[in-house]
Amino acid sequence: MQVRLRNPRRELELPGPMRVHALLAQLEIDRETVLVIRSDTIVPGDAVLGDDDVVEIRPVISGGAS
Amino acid sequence: MKCTVCRGPAVMDVRRHNANFCAEHFLKLCRDQVAKAIKEHRMLEPTDRALVAVSGGKDSLAVWDILVGLGYDADGLYLGLGIGDYSDASGEMARRFAADQGLKLLEVDLPADHGFDIPTGAKAAKRVPCSACGLSKRHLFDEAARTHGYDVVVTGHNLDDEAAVLFGNVLHWQTEYLGRQLPVLPERHGFPRKVKPLVRLGEREMAAYCVLRGIDYIVEECPMAAGNKHLGYKEALNLIEAASPGTKHDFYFGFLARASDRFTPEAEAEQDLLLRCARCGAPTTTELCAFCRLAERASGGRA
Ligand code: SF4
Ligand SMILES: [Zn+2]
Ligand SMILES: [Zn+2]
Repeated sequence: MQVRLRNPRRELELPGPMRVHALLAQLEIDRETVLVIRSDTIVPGDAVLGDDDVVEIRPVISGGAS
Repeated sequence: MKCTVCRGPAVMDVRRHNANFCAEHFLKLCRDQVAKAIKEHRMLEPTDRALVAVSGGKDSLAVWDILVGLGYDADGLYLGLGIGDYSDASGEMARRFAADQGLKLLEVDLPADHGFDIPTGAKAAKRVPCSACGLSKRHLFDEAARTHGYDVVVTGHNLDDEAAVLFGNVLHWQTEYLGRQLPVLPERHGFPRKVKPLVRLGEREMAAYCVLRGIDYIVEECPMAAGNKHLGYKEALNLIEAASPGTKHDFYFGFLARASDRFTPEAEAEQDLLLRCARCGAPTTTELCAFCRLAERASGGRA
C-alpha cells in the first residue's frame, strides 16, 4: 500500500494487508495525534488496509500559540 | 468498531468519551457539544452578529460551519499575516470555503494595510513571532468587530489549545493570564465579547469533523510554530491523556469550575486602567497600544 505522510510530506510503500493500528504502531505514531484517511474518509483503527490502498496519515496537532 | 449510538459501522473513536461514532452521529456529537458550550457559558444570543476569526485551518473552518449550521448569523474575517507560502495557501482555503458555502468573508492584509508582515515585525520588535502574531490578531479582530458592528468575535480554540495554554500559565503562575483564560470574555471598555465555542471538542475531533464534512483546510503548519512552547505543552498533556483519557477535560473544566474566579480580580484591576491609543483609538493601558508600537518598530519609526 501507499502511505502518504504530512509535515513534511513523504511517501512510503508498505505491504498489505495490515490493520490501521498495526500500521501506526509500526511507524511509531501515537494514534491520538493523527487521522488515517482513505478515499476522503476516515478509516477506523480496526479496519484492514489492502495492498492496493492509498492512505494518508494526517497529523491533527497544530502549534499556533494564539 | 461500532457506533455507540446506532450500532452501525463506526469511523471515529473518542477515547475521552469511551465511545465510537459513525459519520452521522459523530457530526451530531460535534454540533451538540458546541450547542452545549454556547448554552452553558452563555456565549451567543440568537440575534447576535458574530465575526469568526478564520485562519483556513481545521478549527476555524469547523467552528464557522457549525455555527452557521446551528442557525447563527456568522461572517468570517481572514487576516493575511504575510507568512510566505503558508499565508497564500491558508487564505486560499478560507476563500474557497466561504465561496462554496455562500458565506461572507472579510479580509485584512497586514503587509498591504499596515505595512509589515509577522516575520519582519517580530524581528524588529524583538518578539517571538507567535507573540507578535497573537497581539496583531487580537487587535485586528477587535478593530474589525468595532468598525463593522459585530457583537462578538468567535475563535476556534479547542480543548487541546485551552488545556495547553492553561498548563503553560500554571507552570509559570501567570496569574494575570489565568484571570482572563475563560471561554467567554464579556464585552467591556471597547473590546467586543470573545467566545470559544469549541472548548468541549479536541483537535483530533475537529480534524475529523472537517474530513467528514468534506471541508478542505490547511494541514501544513505555520513555519513560525516550530519549536514553540505551546507544542511542547501539548505533547506533555498528550502523554498524560494517553495514560488516563479525560485528564485534559478535567484539568480545563475543573479550572473553570473551581479555580478561575480566584484569578479574576487581578485581570479586572488591569482592565480599569484603560485609555485610548493615541494613534488608532483602541483601548490600551499605555499611550500607544501594543499593536501600534509593533507597527512603529516594524517600520523603523515611520508608521
Ligand atoms: S504559529 Fe504563531 S506565527 Fe504562525 S499563525 Fe500561529 S500564532 Fe501566528
Ligand atoms: Zn451512528
Ligand atoms: Zn493603536
